[in-house]
Amino acid sequence: MGHALKRSGEPPFWALFGAGGMLSALIGPVLIFTTGIAVPLGLLPARTMSYAHVLAFAQNPLGKTAIFAVIALFLFHGCHRMVHSLHDVGIRTGPTARMVFYGAAIFGTFVAMDLLVRIGF
Amino acid sequence: MTAPQQAKRTIEIECLRYNPETDGAPRHQAYQVPFDDDMSVLQGLQYIKDHIDGSLTFRWSCRMAICGSCGMMVNGEPVLSCHIFLRDYYPKKISVAPLEHFPIMRDLVIDQSDFLNKLDAVKPYLIPKHETPLAAGANVQTPRQIEEYYQYSECINCLLCYAACPQYGLDPEFTGPAALALLHRYNADSRDQGFAARSDVVNAEHGVWGCTLVGYCSEVCPKNVDPAHAINQNKVTSTLDYFGLRKLLAPKGSSL
Amino acid sequence: MSRFKPAAHTYTRTMTGWWRKNPYFTRYMAREGSAVFLSMYALVVLAGLNSLSRGEASYNAWRASLATPLAIVFHIVALAAITYHSITWFQVMPKTAPRLPFNAKILTAGGLAAAAGCSAIILGALLWATR
Repeated sequence: MGHALKRSGEPPFWALFGAGGMLSALIGPVLIFTTGIAVPLGLLPARTMSYAHVLAFAQNPLGKTAIFAVIALFLFHGCHRMVHSLHDVGIRTGPTARMVFYGAAIFGTFVAMDLLVRIGF
Repeated sequence: MTAPQQAKRTIEIECLRYNPETDGAPRHQAYQVPFDDDMSVLQGLQYIKDHIDGSLTFRWSCRMAICGSCGMMVNGEPVLSCHIFLRDYYPKKISVAPLEHFPIMRDLVIDQSDFLNKLDAVKPYLIPKHETPLAAGANVQTPRQIEEYYQYSECINCLLCYAACPQYGLDPEFTGPAALALLHRYNADSRDQGFAARSDVVNAEHGVWGCTLVGYCSEVCPKNVDPAHAINQNKVTSTLDYFGLRKLLAPKGSSL
Repeated sequence: MSRFKPAAHTYTRTMTGWWRKNPYFTRYMAREGSAVFLSMYALVVLAGLNSLSRGEASYNAWRASLATPLAIVFHIVALAAITYHSITWFQVMPKTAPRLPFNAKILTAGGLAAAAGCSAIILGALLWATR
């Protein structure tokens, strides 16, 4: 019984999962629709995603925050859910699996941060 | 003038059979059961035991969905066999099996010992800050205070929620829906100050964090306890507690 | 510590294929599976950000890759997955909230309305910005 009563390390990951879940529930559909379907197929004007527009957005502090939030939170949400899904289909998910998945999310987060800094203001 | 005798309809009930002394693995046995519109599945099983095969073994008691004894899988769904009717399945056949995720002791009877240990672990009794003598009189609660925990106190320990919970099936170390709902029932009771005593169980990997909100437990609960709600509210509680914010956590009307 | 000992000679059933045996569980796995598409989309956005940082030619190449049939099909599937996530998210959200003095369905409806509202605002802002 002893080891099972150790405090779980889940809470911070669950909190990030929740934030990502909420953000993606609110704006995920419209983002995917816009960037992946509407603009490529011409339902929205092509200039919606022009280099000039998107660069201006990414150089804006609010735009940076938005892009960062989408990438980081979607990744943390996705990785948390995926590692739990592995467990659901019978694959043992110990500390290694968690390190791989959350590590990927952390890595993606840092890459996004780095790119947003490079893009400048 | 009496109504003419109608030939009784017959329904096929297929039961999982397992005799630990003779069987290496469970097998199935089908029975033809004559039935009326007012017969529950439990009554169908009782007919089998009384008239066809006295060896069929199953638990039951009150016949009215309050004792929690007769839980079993009927066509793959966890139900109280006294609570569902043969007429609703006819003319299709019924498959009856013991509650999922528990070891089978014999036929439709499962080994409940793990649940009973989980129940012990959540300290399902009032833990007051100070013992008060009987002479001090009764505890008082407002209707509002009772509302905070009442629904969770309706649990009849029927274990349908454990049969519904794939996380318990995948890892029986998980404390599980009913035990965690009862844990919450006591934490939410204004007469209780046992939050700290129970927090180890809540915060553990096999506590609330073993739940992935499948939600089927609350779907199958015959008493609308809503264990999914009890557990997942406590994920927020456990998270705040993790970040050292336990002081913010006093549930309405109770103290930590 | 365990007061109750397990019974002897019991039989333990397998959990293999558990989620295929009940439609409720299959829907749960679909809900959880949406995370795969969400993660892939996040990587698409990250790839776009990377292209953006490398200049106009690189960015336009990324845009061109979004217009390929494979990309379109991926995004259609991803849209279905994320929409299912959105709906089921607001359906289960009340379970994490404390006891509410009103019906949980109101919270779900509110969440879905907020999602619709955010979608309208974002689409509106894009249309206005590119008018």
